[in-house]
Amino acid sequence: MDKERVDQIIDKHDCEASSLIQILLDIQSENHWLPKEALERVAERLQVPMTRVQHIATFYKAFSLVPKGRHEIHICMGTACHVRGAQRVLDAVQDLTGIKPGETDLDLKFSLETVNCLGCCALGPVMEIDGKTHGKMAPAEVANVLKNYE
Amino acid sequence: MARINSITELEEVRKSILSSRDSKKPCITICSGSGCHASGSREVALSIEAEIVKQGLSDKVDVKKTGCHGFCERGPIVVIHPEGICYFQVKPGDVPEIVSQTVIEKKVIERLLYTDPNTNEKIVYESEIPFYKNQERLVFGFNSSIDPKSIDDYLAIGGYSALAKVLSQMSPEQVLEEVKRSNLRGRGGGGFPTGRKWGESRNAPGDIKYVIVNADEGDPGAYMDRSLLEGNPHSILEGLTIGAYAVGSHEGYIYVRQEYPLAVENVSIAIKQAEEYGLLGENILGSGFDFTVKVHQGAGAFVCGESSALMTALEGKAGEPRPKYIHTAVKGVWDRPSVLNNVETWANVPLIINKGSDWFTQFGTERSKGTKIFSLVGKITNTGLVEVPMGMSLRDIIYKIGGGIPGGKKFKAVQTGGPSGGCLPEELLDLPVGFDELTQAGSMMGSGGMIVMDEDTCMVDVARYFLEFLTDESCGKCVPCREGIRQMLKILTNITKGKGKEGDIELLEELAEVAREASLCALGRSAPNPFLSTLKYFRDEYEAHVKEKRCPALSCKELIAFYIDPAKCQACGTCARKCPSEAIIGGKNLIHMVDQTKCTKCGTCFEVCPPRFRAVKKISGEPVPDPIPEEARIIVRGGKKNE
Repeated sequence: MDKERVDQIIDKHDCEASSLIQILLDIQSENHWLPKEALERVAERLQVPMTRVQHIATFYKAFSLVPKGRHEIHICMGTACHVRGAQRVLDAVQDLTGIKPGETDLDLKFSLETVNCLGCCALGPVMEIDGKTHGKMAPAEVANVLKNYE
Repeated sequence: MARINSITELEEVRKSILSSRDSKKPCITICSGSGCHASGSREVALSIEAEIVKQGLSDKVDVKKTGCHGFCERGPIVVIHPEGICYFQVKPGDVPEIVSQTVIEKKVIERLLYTDPNTNEKIVYESEIPFYKNQERLVFGFNSSIDPKSIDDYLAIGGYSALAKVLSQMSPEQVLEEVKRSNLRGRGGGGFPTGRKWGESRNAPGDIKYVIVNADEGDPGAYMDRSLLEGNPHSILEGLTIGAYAVGSHEGYIYVRQEYPLAVENVSIAIKQAEEYGLLGENILGSGFDFTVKVHQGAGAFVCGESSALMTALEGKAGEPRPKYIHTAVKGVWDRPSVLNNVETWANVPLIINKGSDWFTQFGTERSKGTKIFSLVGKITNTGLVEVPMGMSLRDIIYKIGGGIPGGKKFKAVQTGGPSGGCLPEELLDLPVGFDELTQAGSMMGSGGMIVMDEDTCMVDVARYFLEFLTDESCGKCVPCREGIRQMLKILTNITKGKGKEGDIELLEELAEVAREASLCALGRSAPNPFLSTLKYFRDEYEAHVKEKRCPALSCKELIAFYIDPAKCQACGTCARKCPSEAIIGGKNLIHMVDQTKCTKCGTCFEVCPPRFRAVKKISGEPVPDPIPEEARIIVRGGKKNE
């Protein structure tokens, strides 16, 4: 992500220190992760210590300090999905991709995250890939879904 | 659209909107809430729009994408007005028929109707379906009839009339008094009286005050706030503006999770529209009252649903709670008086103003007035959002509205109140839902998640699940929560893995007491609830895990084994084909066996074994029977007559 774009985002939020979280969210959503240079630029422009920027970037779940894979898998671990067997779906995804929640594989193909409720409890257990919902998942079907992603 | 400068102008605008609409004109509404969206409502909406154009009906038929109707189990939901014919699980392929048959020829398509599972009768209208019939949809009802992206739709149903009434006929004190008299209590968890909170803020010193919508709905399995914000954002803005007027605030915030992109989008559109209409901003409706609203997106931290943590996050810091010796109503965001209410609480305010506190207090119990929206999820036939008067029994909600437990399974418990709440057993099913009733039973109202569990759910695992969630979400500021919950999780994990020891339960109780007494915020103080309530009502399950290394619900992976009953296996081979870890020793006409060393206990064989055989079993607390000798595995089929 280039410096000019980071500056544009900062300017959009009037360069206000209280908008720090909103600025980082915008960078995250565009770039899918927060590179060090971007964080340094934000700290410099908002005149906020780098420690506070880092504190926020690590405190909130929405932020990632490492690059993400081409496809983001979200496994819903909400209570409704949990009682319908979300853990077994997660186990199957881990076995197939070889990564654990929070990790990205070496080919940068998949990133795996667990989330705590996607709000479509009627379809549980739910797996979401790049925003597309795959409902009523069974461990045996996971391979079928994942093979569609390159 | 020109700015509306007075209440008379507002009524004129409303009249012109209504007169431009023909209530007899056919209109197809499609639920576009998150649940239906996930089951494909977007594709259905696109094909309806295309079909209308294709059949040359663009002028004759309206198409409306509404918010969540609540009956998520049966999505995507399509309702055809003015008749109100209700179709469920609609697929794009059904669309041409719906348009030509139902919209044009007024014929009902039987197969898309709801079938009552008890009587097998087809039901045509939404209002007659048991799921809807037993609800009282005061707050949630408009979701299904308006387009959330259209302020005109909201005005057409009488929107902003409460705000007009407040600005023209009521003093801030009168508004406050009305809300106090309604006994409205916070819908987000604690149930604090809303009027009292507003009063504290109003009387607090300082010129700058804030009003805030808490839309950081983090409880897993709860999504009613999301559906309200997505489906009827103006009702929340109207409530917030009325609150600001009563408190004397001119700035408001909506703190909404970034995980809810549609809610962020719809509420941002609503704010922009309200500003253009002069219903937000300076000199609202010519009354001299100024009020602006900003959206602040949360970045994913459960603890930010707590009032002081949310306010710290609003300031652009890491959302950690602070001690509340002084209420946030007096000293909140930037140390100024700040009223924070939940989405649903704000949505109740316009109703109370319009219809009066006497009307509102008709609903509910002695100490819990009005209605409450619950998200009824888990092992339940009719998953969805339900709004019921306070005081309805859990049994009525689960059986009359929810349709009971699917698959002929037995009810075990219902979990209310999210991670801070507890599990209630069958004996308490007749408990009326209300703030105090649920707290006394060891659970709480919370934001309204209601997760139903059947006999296959292990209660120790449920407690472990919530503590895992809370360990992950603890902000780490205070020791009892950060360390205490972590240790509780370790012990519970050991118990579910069959490594429980004598004395573990007592140690857990001790840790629970410390976390409850000494944590800084409600997250830590209520964290032991899932454990304490399951222990109170399901102690036998804990003891079975610890003493017998047995999971009575046959759910804890480490404590169960899958076993094929040789007397029942017919060597159909399904399990062997589906097993992802090649752990089934099969063969043609040979009784199948599970290789216990290879089995990962994913449960696939158990699920795929045809119901007519039901040969795969789960066993726990007893050794797996030895494999039968090779020669005994051969199935001798006696021709068709024996099958």
